[in-house]
Amino acid sequence: MDEVLVGTVLASTLRVATPLLLCALAGLLSERAGVIDIGLEGKMLLAAFAAAAAGAAWGSTALALAMAMGVTVLMSGLHGLACVSHRGDQVVSGVAINLIAAGLTVVLGIAWFGQGGQTPPVGDQVRLSALWPGASAALGPLFGEGLLGHNLLVYLALLLVPAVWWLLYRTRFGLRLRAVGEKAQMVDAAGVSVPRLRYAALTLNGLLCALAGSYLVLAQNASFVPQMTAGRGFMALAAMIFGKWHPVGAFWACLLFGFLDAVAIRLQGVALPGIGTVPVPAIQALPYLLTVVLLAGFIGRARAPAELGRPYVKEH
Amino acid sequence: MTPTLPRWVDLVLLPLFNLGIALLAAGIVVAVVGQDPWQVLSVMLHGAFGSARGFSYTLYYATTFVFTGLAVAVAFHAGLFNIGGEGQAVLGGLGTGLVALWLGPALPAWVLLPLMLTGGAFAGMAWAAVPGWLQAWRGSHIVITTIMFNFLASTLLVWLLVEHLKPAGSMAPESEAFAPSAHLPAVHQVLRALGIDWPASPLNLSLLLALAAAAAVYLLLWHTRAGYRLRAVGSGPAAAAYAGIDPRRQVMVAMSISGALAGLVGMNEIAGVQHKLLLEFVAGAGFTGIAVALMGRNHPVGIVLASVLFGALFQGGAEVAFEVPGFSRDMVVMLQGFIVLFSGAMAYVAAPWLVRAWGWRRAPQAGAAHG
Repeated sequence: MDEVLVGTVLASTLRVATPLLLCALAGLLSERAGVIDIGLEGKMLLAAFAAAAAGAAWGSTALALAMAMGVTVLMSGLHGLACVSHRGDQVVSGVAINLIAAGLTVVLGIAWFGQGGQTPPVGDQVRLSALWPGASAALGPLFGEGLLGHNLLVYLALLLVPAVWWLLYRTRFGLRLRAVGEKAQMVDAAGVSVPRLRYAALTLNGLLCALAGSYLVLAQNASFVPQMTAGRGFMALAAMIFGKWHPVGAFWACLLFGFLDAVAIRLQGVALPGIGTVPVPAIQALPYLLTVVLLAGFIGRARAPAELGRPYVKEH
Repeated sequence: MTPTLPRWVDLVLLPLFNLGIALLAAGIVVAVVGQDPWQVLSVMLHGAFGSARGFSYTLYYATTFVFTGLAVAVAFHAGLFNIGGEGQAVLGGLGTGLVALWLGPALPAWVLLPLMLTGGAFAGMAWAAVPGWLQAWRGSHIVITTIMFNFLASTLLVWLLVEHLKPAGSMAPESEAFAPSAHLPAVHQVLRALGIDWPASPLNLSLLLALAAAAAVYLLLWHTRAGYRLRAVGSGPAAAAYAGIDPRRQVMVAMSISGALAGLVGMNEIAGVQHKLLLEFVAGAGFTGIAVALMGRNHPVGIVLASVLFGALFQGGAEVAFEVPGFSRDMVVMLQGFIVLFSGAMAYVAAPWLVRAWGWRRAPQAGAAHG
């Protein structure tokens, strides 16, 4: 294996894994608090659209991120209103968010920009550029391009893994958040508001979804394209489960899924010794297949938070 | 959840009220993007019901939604959320199409079409039975596994079309066209044979299959022991187990029926319209089925009515997109989302208000009785 190949595969693994990781951590925060989040895909799509529309209209990265966050926190709030306050079905609410996002982004895109649902590309000054542009030339393909050639959001996503771990396992808030996902009644008995904790988890979830969606526009594609998330939200959901609802596990799962994606493109039409031509769809399907196999308990056991999907009814 | 509401309010008024809220939300979006909601609504209604051709298209869309809606409902009555109608419908089309490609040239239509139906139903059944088995025996959450199976199904379809079914030299990821014996007759062809003039549309005999499926689901769920067992597990697995019903078996039964129903989409789209295998023939109908089942309160009659409503939205939406510049059919997808939100996730948000309003109306009578 030459260094250039390893460097480029590493670089594209990180690029693909970043939005997955941000989205998976978002789902993790919500699900550890006992709220199923099928709507990750929709929130990511809305965030990408909001960031692209704001970025194209006002030419500001900060405003693009702020709009994305505003929209996704609002959607998380809607999810909370339906499921936490009114005890609606969490899966149904998530499906609704996905459908609304899929339709609304195109409707608004056509009405505002008239390009068949696309937004105009956001300017280079709005997009995130590599933090150390000279690294690739100075340090070579492996460290320079593979590890240090990325933009701020990539490193932020990586830093968020220990940050979310610390929040969940080393703070009082995190302890309560996990407790509300395992035995909400006890949290309530201890005098802590269950709905407030779940709304807090959903707000954090919205913020991370916003980063995931913005990344698609600010770092990958310059403009919003209809349905550009293309199942990434569900892949993130799979990564979260494959990581057994743990931030570090989710991190490895996202890296694995990112790696599979990076490799799948490179293996197109390549004949491997002993195997023959690798069917690329098989590699692309592997994340979903692995998640099903894990859920079936054939490779370790993934245990969901006990209160997942159950609305909390306060006793009187 | 709302024992104080009379039955007709719960079954008729509340769903219509929630539908009204969803339409209102969509209307606001239409107004925000600078169009006239009333104009959109009238073009939509005219496009969906105003002509024989438009109405045929409405019924054609509705046929697919009856299948996916019934699929969601049967699983729901066993306490399961089958979110995998999309993937099961893909497999159904695949099963239908593979039988047609394999036996098409050799068999006459009256033998082939039932075989295609069986092939589609079995393929959909198998695709739903695996998540069902994983739920029943391995405890894997069915919502997640069926989502994963949706992606696996679409990957499988792409792979088969690109690698195996695409004729040599063709660029489009499509199979070759079926033999004529594999074409399910269109309604206008049948009517013409009977001497009735009817405009051409994709509406085909699957419509009758959909109505038969709805009737069969009704009889199964409410008039057979098998249906009783299924619903017993849905309303209380522990109580059902105590009564000697094995919940795991019922999960398998429910998912198998559910998958088979979704698989019948293949008869409408592949055997009835496309006459070849191609990508994207399900086009989100599996998710529309969730909206249809929620709207129709998981009852076959409600599902048929809700399917016609959604069929009208899709057909009317296409007409509006044609006539009103700047209007996109994606508006219908959004409206679907609002309907799922307001008649599904937030279905009972309005109930307390209705109870109160009902209470006010009833209060004077009650007072008089005591006085």
